[in-house]
Amino acid sequence: MNYIEPHGHMVSRTTDDYERMALAGCQAICEPAFWAGFDRASADGFYDYFRQITEYEPKRAARFGIKHFCWLCINPKEAEDMKLAEDVMALIPQFIDKPGVLGIGEIGLNKNSRNELKIFEQHVQIAQDYDQLVLIHTPHLEDKLKGTRLIVEALKNFPKITPERVIIDHVEEHTIDHVLDHGFWAGITLYPESKCTPHRAIDMLEQRQAERIWMNSACDWGISDPLAVPKTMQAMRQRGWTPEMIQRVSFDNPCAFMGQSSKFAL
Amino acid sequence: MPDWTPPQSVNLVDLGFMDARSKLIDLAAFLDRVQRADQTTDFRVQALKNAIALLSLDEPKRAQEVLLSFSDPSTEPIAKATMQGAIGAHRG
Repeated sequence: MNYIEPHGHMVSRTTDDYERMALAGCQAICEPAFWAGFDRASADGFYDYFRQITEYEPKRAARFGIKHFCWLCINPKEAEDMKLAEDVMALIPQFIDKPGVLGIGEIGLNKNSRNELKIFEQHVQIAQDYDQLVLIHTPHLEDKLKGTRLIVEALKNFPKITPERVIIDHVEEHTIDHVLDHGFWAGITLYPESKCTPHRAIDMLEQRQAERIWMNSACDWGISDPLAVPKTMQAMRQRGWTPEMIQRVSFDNPCAFMGQSSKFAL
Repeated sequence: MPDWTPPQSVNLVDLGFMDARSKLIDLAAFLDRVQRADQTTDFRVQALKNAIALLSLDEPKRAQEVLLSFSDPSTEPIAKATMQGAIGAHRG
C-alpha cells in the first residue's frame, strides 16, 4: 500500500534507506530542517544545509521514484544563541520559493526557554508574512507537556496563522487532545524508545477517529526506523483496520495537510 | 475525507499479552537491579515507582496519567536553556 513519510531527516540516512522505503510503498518524503546532532558554528553551515535539502535530497529521492519536499528554519536546540538564530532566519527568504519548500519547520521549543520562545515567535512571523504552512516540533519527554501548552498559547498571538495550516508534531497521550481541540493538526512520531510505539499510536488514532492526524518516523541520525510508518500500517491490519482507513491516515491525511501548499504535488 | 470506520473487533489480548508481559518483567527486573546496586534514591527511580502506582487506575487513561506524572508541571518559560537533552522525568 502506498504511503507518505511526512517527517524524515533523510540527510542522515543512507541511499539504501531510500530504496527500502520505495520498496515499502513510500511515494513522498517531507524533510523538516533540524539539528545536526551538534551545534553549527555559523549561518554558513545552514546555507549549505538549506541547499542540501532543497537541491540535493530531491535528486537522491527521485532516483527511487520518491518525491521529496522540505521545510526551513533553525531548530529550537540551536535557538538559545539568538544571534545565530537571527542570521539563519535571514537566509530563509532566499530559499522559500524553491520548488519543494512547503513551509516553516520544524520550529518549536526544546527546553522551553525564553530565547527559544522568542525565536519560535519570529519564525511564526515569517510564516505569516510569507503565507506559509507551519510544522512544529514539541519538546522531548518531561518537557513536552509544558512546551506544547506554551506553543499553543503563543500561536494565539498570530491571527493570520489559522490552526488548519499548522501541524504540531510528536504528540503523545498527554498532549494530543490539547492540540486537536484547538483546531491544529497533530503528528504522531513512531520511535523505538522516546516517543510512540505503533500500538500506542493506533490507540490514539482510534480514540480521535484519525481526525487531522498523520504519523511519521522522524528518522534521523539517532535510534529511529525509516520503515516505522509501514510497520505501523501492518499493525493496523492486525488490529482490524480497513484498507480505506489505513490509507486515510498514511496517505490521505498528509496529502490533505500539505496539499494546502500549491507546491505539494505527487 | 471518508467518515470514520471503526476497526473490526479483534482479540487484543491475544495480540498484545506476551509483549506486555515481557515489558512488565523487564520493569520488575530493572527495579530489582537498581535496588541490589543501592541506587533507589535516584529521583528517576522514584518517578518510575510513582508512575507504576497509576497502573491501578480504573479508567482507560493510564498512559496519559503516567506521562503526566513524568512531566514538568510549571507554566512559565525558563530563563535560559542550560542543556539540550531531556532526562525522562521532572526532577521536581
